[in-house]
Amino acid sequence: MQLRTELRDDVTIIALEGSLDSRTAPQVQQEIEALFPDHGLVLLDLSGTSYMSSAGLRVLLLVYRRAQAGTARLALTGVPDEVREIMAATGFLDFFTVAGSVEDGVKALTV
Amino acid sequence: MTAHQAIERIDAYPTRRIAGFPVRAGRPLPFGATPVPGGVNFSVYSNNATGMTLVLYRAGEPEPMAELPFPDSFVIGGVYAMTVYDLDAEGIEYGYRAEGPFDPERGHRFDPTVVVADPYARLMSDARTGPRRSRVALDDFDWEDDRPLRLPHEDLVVYELHARGFTRDPSSGVTAPGTYAGLVEKIPYLRELGVNCVELLPVFEFDENDNPRAHPVTGEPLANYWGYNTVGYFAPKASYASTGRFGMQADEFKNLVKQLHRAGIEVILDVVFNHTAEGNEYGPTISFKGLDNATYYMLTPDGHYYNFSGTGNTLNCNNPVVRGFVLDCLRYWASEFHIDGFRFDLAAILGRGPDGALLANPPLLETLAYDPVLRDCKLIAEAWDAAGLYQVGSFPNYCRWSEWNGRYRDTVRRFVKGDTGVTGDLATRMVGSPDMYAQRGTSATVNFVLCHDGFTLNDLVSYNGKHNEANGEDNRDGDNNNQSWNCGVEGPTDDPEILALRARQMRNVFMILLASQGVPMILAGDEVGRTQQGNNNAYCHDSSLTWFDWSLVERNADLLRFVRRAIAFRQAHPVLRRGPASEVSWHGVRAWTADWSEHCRLIAGMFGTGAGDSVYVAANAHWEGHLLELPEPPQGTAWHLFADTAAPPPFDAHEPGAEPVLPDQTHVEVGPRAVVVLVAHSQADQRDNGKEE
Repeated sequence: MQLRTELRDDVTIIALEGSLDSRTAPQVQQEIEALFPDHGLVLLDLSGTSYMSSAGLRVLLLVYRRAQAGTARLALTGVPDEVREIMAATGFLDFFTVAGSVEDGVKALTV
Repeated sequence: MTAHQAIERIDAYPTRRIAGFPVRAGRPLPFGATPVPGGVNFSVYSNNATGMTLVLYRAGEPEPMAELPFPDSFVIGGVYAMTVYDLDAEGIEYGYRAEGPFDPERGHRFDPTVVVADPYARLMSDARTGPRRSRVALDDFDWEDDRPLRLPHEDLVVYELHARGFTRDPSSGVTAPGTYAGLVEKIPYLRELGVNCVELLPVFEFDENDNPRAHPVTGEPLANYWGYNTVGYFAPKASYASTGRFGMQADEFKNLVKQLHRAGIEVILDVVFNHTAEGNEYGPTISFKGLDNATYYMLTPDGHYYNFSGTGNTLNCNNPVVRGFVLDCLRYWASEFHIDGFRFDLAAILGRGPDGALLANPPLLETLAYDPVLRDCKLIAEAWDAAGLYQVGSFPNYCRWSEWNGRYRDTVRRFVKGDTGVTGDLATRMVGSPDMYAQRGTSATVNFVLCHDGFTLNDLVSYNGKHNEANGEDNRDGDNNNQSWNCGVEGPTDDPEILALRARQMRNVFMILLASQGVPMILAGDEVGRTQQGNNNAYCHDSSLTWFDWSLVERNADLLRFVRRAIAFRQAHPVLRRGPASEVSWHGVRAWTADWSEHCRLIAGMFGTGAGDSVYVAANAHWEGHLLELPEPPQGTAWHLFADTAAPPPFDAHEPGAEPVLPDQTHVEVGPRAVVVLVAHSQADQRDNGKEE
């Protein structure tokens, strides 16, 4: 699992690439924590995520709580259909702003 | 991720290695597998085992990845506890091998060749995808501000439904049919109907394939669809979750509860503590039997299984250890899942001692009644068992337990089909059965006419006899005493007169139920005339026979509208929900003169005598109509017509608050086999309410 980060119009974009499962989740969680700003806007790009287990879903939940604890605003983009279904069924899709593309996400966060 | 890190705990370090895993002596409580800093704490008890081994699997794999025997120093009393480090809590499954005597005559059935499931397993793997294994749950669901609703018990309108069957049919149109998530999508329907409580048929992990029979025509294996054969008491059923394949069934079920609560709807679980899925000596060893058979089950002096449940075994509920198990389980569901109440299957068994004898002051029932965690939970007993013990009206209640009122069901059925000699009994049932529950008030009686076990309402008015051939038992199973009447033709018919009569009879049942004091319970689908084609024991069918057919919502829209209005009417009139019974007066063809004689099929009650809120209910089971003299409504008010089941839809019931005034204030016509409901309010009130509609 690789994390890439870039800054676009004040939005920190964190892209996750590879498989997010119980093996990779602890490391990803630590790295996101390091990259996550206390304030400002964050877009989590999941379009490169090939697989996500329940451990991965819990990483998303932790990211959400991280955003809640500070003053950062968070949006998701590139959410694979299956992940979206699971997030909807367990009720935490509602916590997130979900955008269709990185551009839409940046727009949603900067409006 | 927090700004300041907690000081690392000293118990986060192992003390030794077993089977390659770093471990330390665990904590005996809580039982089950609990994530702790750095590892997972496993705790299991057995009073009669001589040794125990924890068996670990990688999820989904057939062979164990490790077997960890508990050293003697990890045993306190009868409890085996070990913390295992370096485990991926989400990626493992586990079970136990319990060593001990195989000595059935003394009650012991230990068999270390079997890996048994943890009775306290918070998650269980889906049996459709592999062997039954225990899994570790993470309790990090975000409830936000949710908590149990604590609606007054007597204000509930309970809707009994099957969590899978409610949306499994393709006609449901939901994203994930047959799941908790699918049910969430139908919450707007429940809201519109007006019910404020759902009672879910069993959702604890069970084996839906546990049925040796096959369909006599198609040869397909029959199911155990209802689920009264629990395998895991702490585990929400995985196959009812669209996310079950990810092991997220607990989260999905919690979201269902959270969303129902947001809609103002309570959640009651139907729980089965009278027996387990392990059957008798010929049944499978799943958990209890292999861990501590002599503790968990009621056994005869020579080690055979007592069978008060009709299913092979009976849980030894008043053994102190098993009492603790039941209490732990209910506390877990109340606190971790925000459950609002429980309905106990064959609850009379919970009052039996280890030898089966009835206890005067059953400690389990008393414990549940006074438990602080369960204080606000509704406790509802099915107050009978399969060995003939019938405690409706006499169930040990501690002013806390309520009961499924089987006498209410039988009396309403007999009255509506036209039996004589039941008007007096009907009157008693309609005011909360004070002959049985005077001291406990109207929350003590759960009134129902139909439930999952028996005919649907449509079938109650369409069949004289049961038609259970598809169950593969030559129609010998199921109740013969249905108190049903087919209105002239057995089963489906095109005869418009018979169809009209059946439609009216269904409205009569609903109207009597919703105008009775006590807690009404509706069987899901009855509000749209669901049929099971005369099958009154459909426990074994997971098919369109038992699933909610959503096309009926359109086809029987008239009936559905009637039921919605009747529920809304009940909610608008507290006199229908609360006593005292003394504020109800009885009438007949003449006002203030009820006819209690044997041949009479007519009864009228006026609920509420004081200031304004008065409701008059006339139920006529006679095949001729009658002109009834009316009591005067309270001063300053006039009688308005809410419902007349003999009138064609949509005039069979009006919007509550917008009822038309009755032209003749001294008399009302009640049609043949019909129910009329009047409400007293001033005509000005009526106009005001009308504007709000």
